[in-house]
Amino acid sequence: MKQSTLFGLLVLVIRRDLVLAMRRRADVLTTLIFFVMVVSLFPLGVGPEMSMLRKMAPGVLWVAALLSSMLSLGRLFSADYLDGTLEQMMLAPQSLSMLVLGKMAAHWMVSGLPLVLMAPVLGLQFDMSAQALGVLIIGLLLGTPVLSMVGAIGAALTLGLRGGGVLLSLLVLPLCIPVLIFGSGAVEAVSTGLSVASHLSLLGALLVLALVFTPWVTAQALRISME
Amino acid sequence: MLEVSNLACSRGDHRLFSGLNFALHSGQIMQVQGANGSGKTSLLRTLCGFMMPDEGAIAWRGESIRDLDEDYYAEMLYLGHLNAIKDELSALENLRISAGLSGIELDEKEALAALRRMGLRGRERLPTKVLSQGQRRRVALARLLVSDASLWILDEPLTALDVGAVALMQELVAEHLAREGMVIFTTHQPLQVAGVEMRSLPLS
Repeated sequence: MKQSTLFGLLVLVIRRDLVLAMRRRADVLTTLIFFVMVVSLFPLGVGPEMSMLRKMAPGVLWVAALLSSMLSLGRLFSADYLDGTLEQMMLAPQSLSMLVLGKMAAHWMVSGLPLVLMAPVLGLQFDMSAQALGVLIIGLLLGTPVLSMVGAIGAALTLGLRGGGVLLSLLVLPLCIPVLIFGSGAVEAVSTGLSVASHLSLLGALLVLALVFTPWVTAQALRISME
Repeated sequence: MLEVSNLACSRGDHRLFSGLNFALHSGQIMQVQGANGSGKTSLLRTLCGFMMPDEGAIAWRGESIRDLDEDYYAEMLYLGHLNAIKDELSALENLRISAGLSGIELDEKEALAALRRMGLRGRERLPTKVLSQGQRRRVALARLLVSDASLWILDEPLTALDVGAVALMQELVAEHLAREGMVIFTTHQPLQVAGVEMRSLPLS
């Protein structure tokens, strides 16, 4: 028996959550299908006017990504809370923040990454240019982890509450507005010929900020919820 | 050594207990006794640091568990009402993951040996959702075999166990005490450990 390292622990948690997600595939697919449906409804509802669709594409894709990531947040800690695994995680001799970071990473891989991969296909429905699609993907790659991490704080605070799902959205959505603004702003900048670097670097800064603070804040929120 | 001094706990407005003092030394076992709702689980959860006591202090080897935090957790093991096992994972995966979370990397052979000792031979690779309540409890209890913690905090460890498993538990506890371990537990079923004085802590 050997003691595992902090990094080993991170890998363990990520692997565990990915295996669980693969054995409960329906949960993963609902998020993705919701995203595809919402985005596809707009061209159908608005009509096939190309210039209009091109203009609204970034906003629609980003709002849809935001909403579908909300959809899976409720499950982030609740299953572990109900079967007692969360108690055991709090008693782990390593830092709870590290465990939380692992859970966030797994959550992003399961519910954020598929959206990033799906987005360019959906962007074609809006007649987006190749360059705009490229910026969209980079923006989503930087932004969706922030949604998972900020969402985790809300998920931890609303743990075990009845009707926590609605409260969770009310808590988390306002905090995600900056990500939405910079993310869709970057794609709009492409069409107006402005530089996208400022928007993307702000998204990157948000990501770094979230990486540093959210695991710790979420860990504290979990301790409060467990009392 | 676990030392509790002047501990008071409440749930909502209801005071569960106050002025609780005891010390648990190596090789000792203590049973927390009391009627339903007398605060047994709350006491054990307070000892784990999940709940803040209203008053009083809990010290492990002379230092407050609040200050020790992760160093304390490395030396204790808590088994609650909930089994902390995942339905979708097999008994083997569950055991290896929960050991990993408490900082111990188990290889497959060690994990299989522990599960077989718990009487789960032939069921190690089945998803735990097909196991019975008692078998799932055995999977959870297998953690006791692979842990090197010196303080065991067990909340109703005998629930859903059959006669054979209760005897096995008594054996495990006796071995743990012989290794200078400590056990504090609650139960409504009798648990006898040969050759050791069972201390009792009544809550009212």
